[in-house]
Amino acid sequence: MKYRPQGTSVDNQIEEIFGKAYDHKVISRLVPFLKPQKKLLFMAISAMLIFVITQSSFPYIIKIGIDNHILTKDIEGLTWVFVAFISIAFINWGSGYLQETFASRMSQGVLQNLRSKLFSHLQKLPMSFYDKTEVGRLMSRMHGDVGQLQEVGALIVATSGELLSLIGIIIFLMIMSFKLAIITLIVVPALFILLIVWQKLAKKLYIENRISHSVTINNLAETINGSKIIQILTRQKTNMQLFDTKNSHLLKTSKSATYVSSGVLPGVDFLTSIAISLVIFFGSQMIGHSLDIGVLIAFVMYVQRFFDPLRQITMSYTQFQRAMASGNRIFEIMDIKPEINESIRSKELKSIEGNIAFNNLTFSYTHNNPVLKNINLEVKSGETLAIVGHTGSGKTTLISLLSRLYNIPLESGSIEIDGINIQNVTRDSLLNQMSIVLQEPFLFSGTIMDNIKYRLTESSREEVINASKTVNAHNFISDLELGYDTRILERGSNLSTGQRQLISFARAILSNPKILILDEATANIDSTTEDLIQNALKNLVHKRTAIIIAHRLSTIRDADKIAVMDQGSLIEVGNHIELIKSNGLYKKLYDFNYDSIELANK
Amino acid sequence: MHQTIVINKIPRMNIILRLTKMATCHKWNLILAYLCMLGATTSFLITPKFIGKAVDKISSSYNEGIIPTSLIIETIIAIVLLMSIRGFLSFWQTSLGENLSHKIAYSLRNMFFNKVQTISFDFHDRWHTGELISRAISDIENVRMSINMGLMRAPYFLAMFIIVSILLINLHWLLGIISIAFMPIISLNSINVRLKMRRLLHKIQKTTAELSTISQENFSGAKVVRSFASSKYEQSKFDSKNQEIFYQTVDAEKLRAKNATFMRFAFTVSIGIVLLIGGRLVINEELTWGELTQFIIYMQILSMPVSMAAWLVNAYARAVSSGERLFEILDSKSKLKETSNTLKINKSNGHILFKDVSFGYDENNLVLKNLNLEIKTGEKIAIIGPPGSGKTTIANLIPRFYDVTGGKILLDNIDIKQINLNSLRRNIGLIQQDIFLFATTIKENISYGKEDATMEEVIQAAKTAQIHNYIQTLDKGYDTILGERGTDLSGGQRQRLGIARAVILNPSILIMDDTTSSVDTETETLINQSLESIMKNRTTLIISNRISTVQKANKIFVLEQGEIIEEGLHQELLEKNGIYKNIYNLQLKPTETQSKNTIK
Repeated sequence: MKYRPQGTSVDNQIEEIFGKAYDHKVISRLVPFLKPQKKLLFMAISAMLIFVITQSSFPYIIKIGIDNHILTKDIEGLTWVFVAFISIAFINWGSGYLQETFASRMSQGVLQNLRSKLFSHLQKLPMSFYDKTEVGRLMSRMHGDVGQLQEVGALIVATSGELLSLIGIIIFLMIMSFKLAIITLIVVPALFILLIVWQKLAKKLYIENRISHSVTINNLAETINGSKIIQILTRQKTNMQLFDTKNSHLLKTSKSATYVSSGVLPGVDFLTSIAISLVIFFGSQMIGHSLDIGVLIAFVMYVQRFFDPLRQITMSYTQFQRAMASGNRIFEIMDIKPEINESIRSKELKSIEGNIAFNNLTFSYTHNNPVLKNINLEVKSGETLAIVGHTGSGKTTLISLLSRLYNIPLESGSIEIDGINIQNVTRDSLLNQMSIVLQEPFLFSGTIMDNIKYRLTESSREEVINASKTVNAHNFISDLELGYDTRILERGSNLSTGQRQLISFARAILSNPKILILDEATANIDSTTEDLIQNALKNLVHKRTAIIIAHRLSTIRDADKIAVMDQGSLIEVGNHIELIKSNGLYKKLYDFNYDSIELANK
Repeated sequence: MHQTIVINKIPRMNIILRLTKMATCHKWNLILAYLCMLGATTSFLITPKFIGKAVDKISSSYNEGIIPTSLIIETIIAIVLLMSIRGFLSFWQTSLGENLSHKIAYSLRNMFFNKVQTISFDFHDRWHTGELISRAISDIENVRMSINMGLMRAPYFLAMFIIVSILLINLHWLLGIISIAFMPIISLNSINVRLKMRRLLHKIQKTTAELSTISQENFSGAKVVRSFASSKYEQSKFDSKNQEIFYQTVDAEKLRAKNATFMRFAFTVSIGIVLLIGGRLVINEELTWGELTQFIIYMQILSMPVSMAAWLVNAYARAVSSGERLFEILDSKSKLKETSNTLKINKSNGHILFKDVSFGYDENNLVLKNLNLEIKTGEKIAIIGPPGSGKTTIANLIPRFYDVTGGKILLDNIDIKQINLNSLRRNIGLIQQDIFLFATTIKENISYGKEDATMEEVIQAAKTAQIHNYIQTLDKGYDTILGERGTDLSGGQRQRLGIARAVILNPSILIMDDTTSSVDTETETLINQSLESIMKNRTTLIISNRISTVQKANKIFVLEQGEIIEEGLHQELLEKNGIYKNIYNLQLKPTETQSKNTIK
């Protein structure tokens, strides 16, 4: 179950609003992603230039039509102007479409690349990263933040188009009448200043609104997650009141934010009217000698268009801020050092016998607490070793190190297989010869067949069924309506825990590994499946080296060797009978766990 | 169970009507907004007339050689005034419109919240929390945006378009009609595009969800992925899905661009035609310069609603689909019916009787069949049985999270259907296997069901649950905030908090559903040690499938396939040599032979 305290996402919101709209760090990191899209970028820019030029030219062509032909009553000339106008409209259409398509292919390409690189980078990160990072956070990066950049891609294209249009408008205005253009353009900086000042005022209110939004949503999400417990504890009324307080506050801040964002409208309209007035007043003074009617009309048309690009740019401001913040978060992850799993000297591990030796193994996750202290242990090929001990004794760490989920530093001892230090071989070649079954059987979406095969996609159906039979999974799978083609839902919720365990067993031995590592599940398994599992275990460990973190007495008792661990140290090693005789920690554990049974038997 | 299929499709019109109805609850807000819109539009659309007048004056004076400065100044003042009025009214129009949508969102959120926490369990069984959260967030937001679009912007654009068309036709009927002829062409095209677009968007949504699942499983299963050295396999899975998204998104954007650019083209051509034909008319003196100017300016004004038309189409579609999803939740009915005259019970005696109880989560499969069970006041009863036997169901029926299909359940000899639901539940403390804790302090979590609990009561409950000592070791003790940034608790610690949370209510009935099955041995021991004080003076029901948990009970019921197969004390049941004995053998047999060998 996920908890959503007020800390996390709210901090995110704040950081994304205080961020810069143009963050040099992020942009410079994104540029390399543009490189493979060079051609598309060039074509998009070219198309955009043509589009902007044609788009800005329309009022100008109208001016020509009016001044040169309507004024002179030249219908034929006018018709030619019309033809030119339409031809340019076609070019405008084509270039506009091409620009959007190129730009879209380019930005989608960048995104696809970004997603892929992010994913592959995440694959290289050490297990310790995953231990302390919430999956939700990663999902937010991968889909939320990358999605945010997607919006911005489109926005950049639109905004740069608008900016260029603005420049185009200014150029045409100056061509038509320099003097009038200067007078009219006074308004532009005024609008700019207005927008910037407004932006500063708006920021504070926007932030409040976002925080309020987060708080309310978090509350709602938590209630959805804990709806059953709320009903059990009959807290609906109180919760409703608490929520209403937050919801009302959200309404209040939303209203304020609205007032602020629409607050810019009167100013813009006022300035537009001033600009038009300037055009009319000064235009009227200049008519006849410096300009004609067509210029006047064209000017009014252009003025109408001034403010849209500027408005678009300021609206994009917050979007850009958000996108930069997203970019930052993504690159934060890309900057985490991947784990160095092998050096050039790493060899491939050839086919092994399966003799395992732990030599003076000491290990800690953080600098202070050693989780393993000087472990010396040997397991011969074909033997089954059961590891027992309280939580925190280091059992899980031991097998994590064996499967190289974490790297063992040089000075901390070593683990050897057939005499070869596992740190000196490639991880892949090592893991190809081992199979690991975790405590919590993890199944992926897909069919049962997919799950058993997992990455061994070339296995035949027969091989899968054989593996399945060996672990007593075949029967219950065949009993299902769709058998092996049954789709697994949501991490396996349509199967019982026991059944999921059996499927993960099948997956483990499909590759016929020489070494099997098993972390026994402690969770609820019904007695019949329990029976099947206990039998399956015998087949699993047959002719393999098996290391099992054991919880079942039967597993422990049947093991060739039992290693008893406590607080990171190896206390006793031996088989069941030996250890009972020696009256040490093992006997204590044994008595402790089965104490109640003893009482019952008396 | 997983369900995203909409079973009862609410007719489309109905959704729009319902949303409109919600808006009309804020009558004055709506009326005022429309009035402002009317005013703003009027002043905005009169302005070109003044500009046109000025142009006419200027062109006529051009011939006469005098500049009519005073007239021009009059015109200018009118323009500035009109546009300032427009700006002012626009501000109010937009603000009122948006605020209306915010008020509706507020109501929807409250309704959603209330629904979720009061509706019966069968609803929560059907709906994934992720799905609910997504609907609460995205669908409410979509509906909100669409209301603004649909109720405010759409009429605005429509009004603008109609008024401008009338003005243009009024100026010159032929030219007027020609200038707006492009509209039907664009509309037809848009409708065609809309259907295609919807299909594409749906595909993209689906593929995105699939990519999302791949990522999520990869991150959650990082250990497995690494253990199997399957990163390459995972990457190829990811990349191929990623590629699909690329193609699908580009297709959708191409379609959108096609539509948008066509609209712009049609519009531009119309302006060109106006220039040509209007120009001729001016040459033939059938149209004044001012009138031509008006035409051009009005057409430019029209460009905005035209380009917004696509947005509107989208907004409408989104309103419908989000509205559908939202109302599906809001309209859900509780299967549990509470009658009006229910009895309130303060402190029950804790006497429970199941009489011929039958129950199934769905009609076809009965989980409990004609069950008869009595738990006397103060008894400690255990129910054992394999998964699927109906144990948890019994735990769910006592607090009436579901209603029985046959028979009845009596508390203190009263049918629980006749007892006020909340008062019934306040008498029952339920501890589940999975403890959900809230993102607040430990103190608040423990006193969640009893808000007026004093600190002493909280500490007492914590002591009973054997979690007090651990809390003392934390920096902030009882004020420690739980969750992501706060302290992470182990499974066993959460269990014990769950127990504290239940016992603080001092309920007369305590139900422990599989409480100790997946905790570490240390916690199991602690809980077992404190069981006596936990169960003191309460009717207790322990549900488990571990013999070690149930054997100390006053009475044990063995449940299989919804029926009680055996009942009695631990020793009696062993002697019966039936199912209980079987389970016992499977769970404890190996130790029996060992315990015979150990001589103390």
